[in-house]
Formats: sequence, C-alpha cells, structure tokens
Amino acid sequence: MDYTPHTQEDIDQMLRTIGVSTVEDLFREVPEGLRLGRDLDLAKPLTEMEVMDQVASLARKNRSVEELKCFAGGGAYEHYIPAPVRHLAYRAEFATSYTPYQPELSQGVLGALFEFQTMVCELTGMEVSNASLYDGASSLVEAVNLAAGMTGRSRVVVSEAINPNYREVMETFGAGPGYEFVTASASDGVTRLQGLDQAACVIVGQPNFFGMIENLPAIAEKAHEAGALLIVHFDPLSAGVLETPGALGADVVTGEGQSLGNELMFGGPYLGLFATKTEHVRRVPGRITGATLDSNGQPGFVLTLQAREQHIRREKANSNVCTNQTLMAIVATVYLSWLGPQGLKELGETCLARTRYAAQLLSSVSGCSLRFEGPFFKEFVLQVPGRSAEVARQLADRGYLVGPSLERFDGLENCILVAVTETRTAEDIEGLAKVLAEVVA
Amino acid sequence: MQTIFDLSVSGRRASTIPQAGVEENEPAIPSHLLRKTPPALPEVSERDLVQHYTRLSQKNWAIDVGAYPLGSCTMKYNPKINEQIASLPGLRNLHPWQNEADAQGALAMLWEMERALAEITGMKRVTFQPAAGAHGELTGLLIMRAFHQSNGDPRKTVLIPDSAHGTNPASVRLAGYQVRQVPSDDRGLVDLAALEDALDETIVGIMLTNPNTLGLFEKDIEKIAKAMHSVGGLLYFDGANLNAIMGKVRPGDMGFDIVHMNLHKTFSTPHGGGGPGAGPVAVTERLERFLPAPMVEFDESSCNYFWDPDRPDSIGRIHGFHGNFGIVARAYAYYRALGGEGLKKVSERAVLNANYLRTIIESKYPLAHPGLCMHEFVSTARRFKKLGVRGMDVAKRLIDLGFHPPTVYFPLVVEESLMIEPTETESKQTLDALGKALLQISDEAESEPDLLHSAPTTTPVGRLDEARAARQLRLRWTPELAKELTG
Ligand SMILES: Cc1ncc(COP(=O)(O)O)c(C=O)c1O
Repeated sequence: MDYTPHTQEDIDQMLRTIGVSTVEDLFREVPEGLRLGRDLDLAKPLTEMEVMDQVASLARKNRSVEELKCFAGGGAYEHYIPAPVRHLAYRAEFATSYTPYQPELSQGVLGALFEFQTMVCELTGMEVSNASLYDGASSLVEAVNLAAGMTGRSRVVVSEAINPNYREVMETFGAGPGYEFVTASASDGVTRLQGLDQAACVIVGQPNFFGMIENLPAIAEKAHEAGALLIVHFDPLSAGVLETPGALGADVVTGEGQSLGNELMFGGPYLGLFATKTEHVRRVPGRITGATLDSNGQPGFVLTLQAREQHIRREKANSNVCTNQTLMAIVATVYLSWLGPQGLKELGETCLARTRYAAQLLSSVSGCSLRFEGPFFKEFVLQVPGRSAEVARQLADRGYLVGPSLERFDGLENCILVAVTETRTAEDIEGLAKVLAEVVA
Repeated sequence: MQTIFDLSVSGRRASTIPQAGVEENEPAIPSHLLRKTPPALPEVSERDLVQHYTRLSQKNWAIDVGAYPLGSCTMKYNPKINEQIASLPGLRNLHPWQNEADAQGALAMLWEMERALAEITGMKRVTFQPAAGAHGELTGLLIMRAFHQSNGDPRKTVLIPDSAHGTNPASVRLAGYQVRQVPSDDRGLVDLAALEDALDETIVGIMLTNPNTLGLFEKDIEKIAKAMHSVGGLLYFDGANLNAIMGKVRPGDMGFDIVHMNLHKTFSTPHGGGGPGAGPVAVTERLERFLPAPMVEFDESSCNYFWDPDRPDSIGRIHGFHGNFGIVARAYAYYRALGGEGLKKVSERAVLNANYLRTIIESKYPLAHPGLCMHEFVSTARRFKKLGVRGMDVAKRLIDLGFHPPTVYFPLVVEESLMIEPTETESKQTLDALGKALLQISDEAESEPDLLHSAPTTTPVGRLDEARAARQLRLRWTPELAKELTG
C-alpha cells in the first residue's frame, strides 16, 4: 500500500518522454559509492486492514482516560469536545491544505485564523494575537525573546509556579541568546517576586501550575517598576470567570490552547497562544492574518507583516517558526464559537464549583490536606500521606488518574495535582474520595 | 467576507454546559480578579456554526480538492486511514502525564518509529519532541552547541548556502551563532572553493538540504563532509527534501551528523492549513548524549518501555510534553502501510514525476540549472519579464486553470523562480494536465498578458492588496471593521 497511481505503462511512457531507460537512471547524480545498495531494514508493507489492526493493538495497550476517570492536569485537561468541533475543524478542506501562501485559494483558513486572533484578544484582554505557536512552552520561549528584544536585558524571572516542563524548555532555548534565569519562589502556592533588578520580564501563571490564582495587579506593579515586562501564562478556559491578564497589567499573554477543543493526544499537537499589545506588533513571532481589499475593492484576508518572518528577514527574523499549529487554532475557533460568552462563563463556573467540592472531599480524607490556602480555579495541590507517586499509581490501578505528582518540587514531596473539569461529576468526585481513603488507609 | 462575528445575535447559543450540581460555596476569588465584561465571543446557534465553517472551508484549496505542486512542501495525498488511527480512543485520550505502565502502546510505537527513522536516515537515535522542521533545526543547532562546548571549544559561525530556506539562518541566530552564507556555483551546488575558503576552527558546522532547494543533489557532499569534519565542524541535514531519497541514499552515509525530518511532508500527515507538523531530530552515536530528555527506552528483562529522564549531557527539554504525538502516530501508520519497499517506491516515483513534468514544460519554463532533477525542480519565468509578466502572474493564472500554484520567489538565488514539486501521488494524467496548463499560460503571456495580470477570476476573492494589509493593520474583527469591510 503506497498510494502511488503509476501503472507499468505510465512508467514506461514517462521514462521515454524524459529520455532515460530506467528509474535508476534518474538517480545518476547521486554518487555510486554513496548509494544504499541494499533494501532498508524495515517492516514489510501492510494492507490497510493490517495497519489498522496493528495500531489498534498498540492503542489497546494504553489505559487512556477512556478507561480511567481523569483528574489529571498540569497543562493538559480532559474537557468535553462537542461534536461540531471535530466535524467542522477537521474538514479535509482545512486539514489537508498548506500554509495560506496563495490567499485567493485560502480564504477559509485565513478567515478562520482572523476569527481566532479576534477571540484570543477577547480572552486575553490584549490587542494583537498571532496565528498560533507550537504549544504553551514555545509561546513562553517566544515571549521571553520579545521581552529581551524590547528591554535589551537578559535576565528572566520565572515563577516556580510555572509548569516545570515549560521552565525547562525556556532554559534550553535560553542557552542560545544566553539568558539568565531567576526562579521566584512560590512556596505559599503563589509567586513571591524577587531578583527583579535588570529583569527583562517576569513570568507568572494565571491560574498558576498549582491551580492558584495570582494577585496579578500587585505583580504587574512590581514588574513595571523594575522596567520589566509582565508575561502571564493563562488558561483560556478561565477567561469567562477570571479577569483578563491584559486588564490586570500583562504585557504579553501566552497560553496552552489544548483545553479549547483539542484532544489530549499524549501531549500534542497542542496550541500555543500568543497575544500582546499593538506597540509590540512588529516583534510578534510567527504568522499573523490581516484583513485587506482585493483588486475589486472587496474584503479578504492575507498573511501580513511578513517582513518580520524568517522567509523574508532570514537571520534577522525575530523567530524561526514556519509551520505552526493552525489546525488546532481552527479547532479552538470553532469550539469558542460553540461556547459563546455565556457557555464560557458557565463552563468556568462549573469547573470552579466542582473543583472546590473535590478539594473539600479529598482534603477531608484522613491524612490528606490541601497544601495551599487561597483561591484556585480548576486544579489544586493535595498533600497525601506517603509517597505521592505511589499514591497516584495505586489510584490509577483502581481507575482514577490524578497528577502529575509533584515530588520534584522542594517542599511538595508528598503532593499531587488534582484537576477537575466539567467532565467530572459529583459522583466521580465522591468515587475518587472513597478510593483515596482506601489507598492511604 | 462574512465572519462568525457578523452572524452573532445577542442571546443565541450553541453550547450546553453541565451545571455544577454540587453544593454551592461562596465564591472565594477576590472580586478584583473576577471578570466584569464578558468576552465578545460570537453568539450563534449550532446550525449557524455548522453553515459558517462549512462555507468557510469551501473557500479553501486542499490536497483533497486537487493537485498542490508547491515546491519544498511535499503536498502528497494524506491517507484517510491515518486520520482514523489518530482518532483511536487509546491514542487520542492518552494524557501526557500518564505513568509509563499505562502508556506502553504509545511508547512501543515511538520506539519502533525511532528505529525506522534511524534506519531511513542512517542515524543512531531520534527525538520526537520537535513540533516542526524549524523547531528541529534549533534543536539540532543546540546539540551542535552542546557538542562544541563539551570539547571546551566555543565556536561562532554556521555556514549556510544561499539557496537555503529562511528557517535555517533564523534558527542559527536563535542558537546564538552567526550566519555565514556560502554561494552556489553555476551548477546550482555549494561552491566548494568558497566553502573551503570559509572553513576554519571557528566554524560550528553547516546546514544543508540534500537534494538542495533547487532540486539538485549535492554530489560533492562527501568532500564537503570531509572538509567540515577536518576542522571539527558538524553537518546538519535539513530533511525537508527527504522525499527524494528514501531507500536510495542516507544522510548518515553522506556524512551528516544531525538530521531533521518533516513528517508533515515526507510521511503524508495533513498540513492542517499551516500546521501541525512533526520535526523529529536524528543524530549519530557521538551526539546521542545531547538529545533532549526524556528518551524512550526498553527494558529487556521486564519487556517494558519507559521514559529515561536521566541524561546529564542533554540540551534539555524542547517541548512541553512529548512533541506532536498525534502526528507521529499518523506517520507511523503511513510507514507501516508502505514498509521499506514502499518508501523506496515513493522516492523513485516522486523523482519520476518531477522529471516528467520538467521535461514537458522545459521549453517554455527553462530550468535555472538544466539537467535531471530530483523530486522537484526550479524553473524561471524570467523570459516573460519583458512582456510585463511576472512569476506571480503565472501562478495566479494557474489557479484559474484549476491548480494550486508552485512556490514562487523561493529559492532566492533564482530570478522569478517557480519551484515545482508534484509528489509521487499525482498521476500521469494530472501531470499532463498541469503541464498543458503551464504551456497554455506561456502562450497567453505573449498573446493576452492581461489574462495573467487580472488572474485569478475564479476564486472567492481577486488578487489581494498585501501592501495595504501591512500598512493599515486590521488584525482582529471589530464592529467598525465590519462596517468598513461590508461598505
Ligand atoms: C527546505 C526547508 N527547510 C525547512 C523548512 C521548515 O520546516 P517547518 O515549516 O516544518 O518548520 C521548510 C518548510 O517549508 C523547508 O522547505
């Protein structure tokens, strides 16, 4: 099964037209000595049915959240994905198209991206959004580059309550430009700023990695006093309940858009959100869609401000991103249109209420407690007796997925993240509490 | 242009949200942190929603709609089974923080795919974290950086041919290095003398695409590799053009040290209107220890796959989780369908198709560098310039004749370039029709150039004013803009 349409007769005719006698002749520019000269040592071809069997048997070896009740969070959440989202966003006209380099043939993707950018602005309280980046981590990396470019500084203050994976990614990519990373402690669950002198930016989450709601106005004031930009990494699904980071002083807002209708999919493809103020628009990484007029004076959409990008600016470009996560952005656009302002608010309220209910029940299990005081959104840190990874393991054996376990954080050795979305009913929460009691008994 | 916002009617909705259904608590969030004005998301019914996005999608070209000979992009057919596979509950409902014990199938797939890609490229190990080609490039450059630093030998400059894709130099700068451009010679290949001239102990390495962006095989690659290695530099293979060489010749055997692949090109995964992709990076044995952590490992005694985070020399993580797993799963399905034999056939037929189309149109669209091509070729529309016709005009007219245009104005080294990559999944009949359309346009350029200037006329919009878009920034919908746009 190789999806090529050639008959032997086609091949013969084509070779004659080209003026060579064999397909091998077409490769004569490849030096003889370099050629492989053997078959690749790979699996044999399969029929479509066999491929399905093979992959399905691998998929069955996973215990997904189809089977486990998902209370896991930490940057990826099980939210309900409404039927129209998959149906519309994955239409082949969107899914099997390339980057909209020919706008006249790409008004569908460009139109959806224009809507996406508008919605991201509405959620973040910012003025401009790009057309997506790889994931939440890559959005943070780009935000740091923007801040360093703006301020001419290289110190980056990152809250301890930012996803540890994201922190690691920022540090990996910080090696190139040579940034200095300073960690601001969050030992009370919320960020305590320090090391702001000469900082290019301050990075906090809203809600943060521990699910806690940060006091953004106070953080913004301190950051701005020090001449640093405030970068807020937010949960877009909190935007019906929580005030926008933009309204509370953020200069750049990043986010992980997986929760906007995208599958868990073992960590990707996800959706990097990136929005900022108009004054920074020429430093925005990646593609941006804009409205314009066509030769007949009719409106239409194009990729714009391309002079920022790698294909024009090459080594002077502010980012190297080319392929992004457009399809995930279209998913998010359809999902947010499905939700509407009222749906977003109700969803946030349901998450909030059920999370509080779960926190109450789980922390009343003997030996368990809430690690942090204060408001949280759809996730919280639960302290358990004994090794948290082991508790999580035993819960999974009994059908409940929680986590991640936080043993790699100082002071959180016995702690686990627990996330509660609208997909978890009161009954699920009570079930988890019961099983937790058995596990820690 | 109707947007979803233009359809919005206050009070309408599509969503149904479960109520909390638990005992209400007082809201514990301080009021200054609560949202006062709701976001202006559209308010539409499900019926409106479906109609709007269905109509929007119909304003888009796609590989499922027709040929897409966009050079450097490998727009091959995207098999439907791959989509069905990506929607298996055991894959799409897997949480990234799940314990390895509950993700054995996923890890086994990554493990097997790693071995396959290592064999195809002639490398030792592969990371799946990079989400696209450019992400892989930067990962590879950071691996080079870690390698040189581990030798106590900080270097400064990465060599890049003038025909390289823009992501290459952009990645170099983000890795903290300088770019030095190496010219192409009159064969369209790396100018060996210029390269040797540039080589010294400050050179980090070179990034090459082979076949290069002109569709030509860099046949001096062994000499280039030897010269580069002799000064301690490394060779990076930009795998955008891997579709030309699978089962024929391997980057590892050419002397490359690091390779990225674009699974969204070579391995048939849908490009999603601009992404997602997957850009796995493969390295040779001596660079293995620098790969991003964690890597998938296999414990023979327990027959278990596991994540190994313990990589002290690793450059560190480069993705929030494990990369674009959903794309890797589609690529895995493609690999299993084709096997080694099929992949070789893919490359042979991609090269056959490109040479066939080249031969048909060459008389009117001369190649920048005549002769055999690999999986793509670069023609020039320079000939039409004296008629007042540009490469872009040819491209737009091709739209009216039922094809997506080739890549225009890249690579930069060829004036008025048309970069054409038919891919192996197009039939002889399609290539004949495409060739015929291009020849017709060549005649029209002489007889009726206005037909080209005014194209396209069959699309939902005419030629768009990009300069205006960049001058008067309209980057989001507003009620005022709606009035402006609808007049
Ligand atoms: C030659 C070449 N290199 C690199 C890239 C970048 O790959 P990606 O878009 O996956 O980041 C491309 C993509 O168009 C390319 O054609």
